[in-house]
Amino acid sequence: MATFWSDYIWPLVIMVAESVLLLVILLIVTAYVLYADRKIWAAVQIRRGPNVVGPWGLFQSFADLLKFVLKEPVIPAGANKGVFLLAPLVTCTLALAAWAVIPVSAGMVISNINVGVLYIFAISSLMVYGVIMAGWSSNSKYPFLAALRSAAQMVSYEVSIGFVIITVLLCVGSLNLSAIVEAQNSRFGLFGWYWLPLLPMFVIFFVSALAETNRPPFDLVEAESELVAGYMVEYGSTPYMMFMLGEYVAMATMCAMGTILFLGGWLPPFPVVPFTWIPGLIWFVLKATFLFFMFAMVKAFVPRYRYDQLMRLGWKVFLPISLAMVAIVAGVIEVIRG
Amino acid sequence: MILQAIFFYLFAGICIASAIMVIASRNPVHSVLFLILAFVNAAGLFVLLGAEFLAMILIVVYVGAVAVLFLFVVMMLDVDFAELRRDFLNYLPIGAIVGVILLIELIFGVIGWVITPGAPKAISAPIAADVSNTQALGLVLYTRYVYFFEAAGMILLVAMIGAIVMTLSHKPDVKRQNIGDQLARRRSNAIDVVKVKSGQGLS
Repeated sequence: MATFWSDYIWPLVIMVAESVLLLVILLIVTAYVLYADRKIWAAVQIRRGPNVVGPWGLFQSFADLLKFVLKEPVIPAGANKGVFLLAPLVTCTLALAAWAVIPVSAGMVISNINVGVLYIFAISSLMVYGVIMAGWSSNSKYPFLAALRSAAQMVSYEVSIGFVIITVLLCVGSLNLSAIVEAQNSRFGLFGWYWLPLLPMFVIFFVSALAETNRPPFDLVEAESELVAGYMVEYGSTPYMMFMLGEYVAMATMCAMGTILFLGGWLPPFPVVPFTWIPGLIWFVLKATFLFFMFAMVKAFVPRYRYDQLMRLGWKVFLPISLAMVAIVAGVIEVIRG
Repeated sequence: MILQAIFFYLFAGICIASAIMVIASRNPVHSVLFLILAFVNAAGLFVLLGAEFLAMILIVVYVGAVAVLFLFVVMMLDVDFAELRRDFLNYLPIGAIVGVILLIELIFGVIGWVITPGAPKAISAPIAADVSNTQALGLVLYTRYVYFFEAAGMILLVAMIGAIVMTLSHKPDVKRQNIGDQLARRRSNAIDVVKVKSGQGLS
């Protein structure tokens, strides 16, 4: 019995505790990501943004949460009830599940699996189901068309993200996320991270991440101004909030992915004394925040793409460039190592 | 080991149940969604076997890409359920034959495993302890089986090109957008400023 306790129950308790801790932190961070998004957008447009609830509007997201939860959920009469309610759950759960493998500092990861990158890629390729299920189960033309549109968008940009990941993997030689960060540890510090040698791929990753998470300028999924919120037309109250939560968590995941793949994860920018004193977690958060700031700025000053331009960019520009880069990077590595 | 057993029965049970639901559910979209559930649980079984790379590839390729296409097709088709059920008896013999053949093959496989317990070991190459599963797979795939691997890739490429050729049609009267032309357009060849004398108009 004692071994049973120490072998199964105790690790289970630790794992659950870690997961809950991560979940709570992640949800609070998501609330402030949403707040920061609105504040940055407002600042670019010389508005104040949310400033009523709490000091500087800091509790705005929590007020929104309460508002969504206290509203009455409406399920359309013709909707396919089970799938209709499953769709936001799928979106939200998948978005949160991706964080199980993300190392926020050396050794600080819930599950340090060998195929971490593939796991995140698989999760993000499953995210499309939330959209399709929501669009189909609403049993209405507009959500359905929007679901088809955005599913095509998400599937297209996944291809180029896949090739970007492959080039990084070629440089690292491992699918483990911690190993990817460690591989960028060199005496050049900041300039040894992969954003510089793989600069074109970093740009492609950034733009594809915007498209993959349905952020402006690729927010054809929602396009509140002309396409009435896309596949989420029939949703309200808590299910709608879960979609939004899933979307923002997926965005945070993409920022973390960019940090790990290209910005050296938790490594300090210069491997000298005052920088190495600061814990890795802080560097990680700083870098992810920087990437998110770029996301928010793009939202503020890039106009929305037309749908055919979006498809053209994905298939005719990014796909050939990333394919060529895979070949070039593989060739260069072969020459250097061989 | 208890934990592995629990998870094995959990994954296997859900997998079989959802596989049954794939053929039992009346709504084709539900069938595809159950198929996806079956795929995900099969990936779970792969993880239990220690084949985490295969598990992830199963999810990325089958669930992330193939099943999305299935779902697209099924959602777009206007399926008449009554007609489908009427044809059920017509297709039953063919379905039964396929099912019986699969069952017989499965039984042969199990029999072979029972009478020669060493057979699975003989056909599977052992993986060195310090090599990860992804690396081991790559080492085999790109050395011993490289021609088969490349041939499979070529066959898929041919199939893809075939599908594109079959659907590609150049209609003569369709105006297409040429991005290059649009970008090459300058003020000088787009605008013509003409001074018009009062009362004369343009000829």
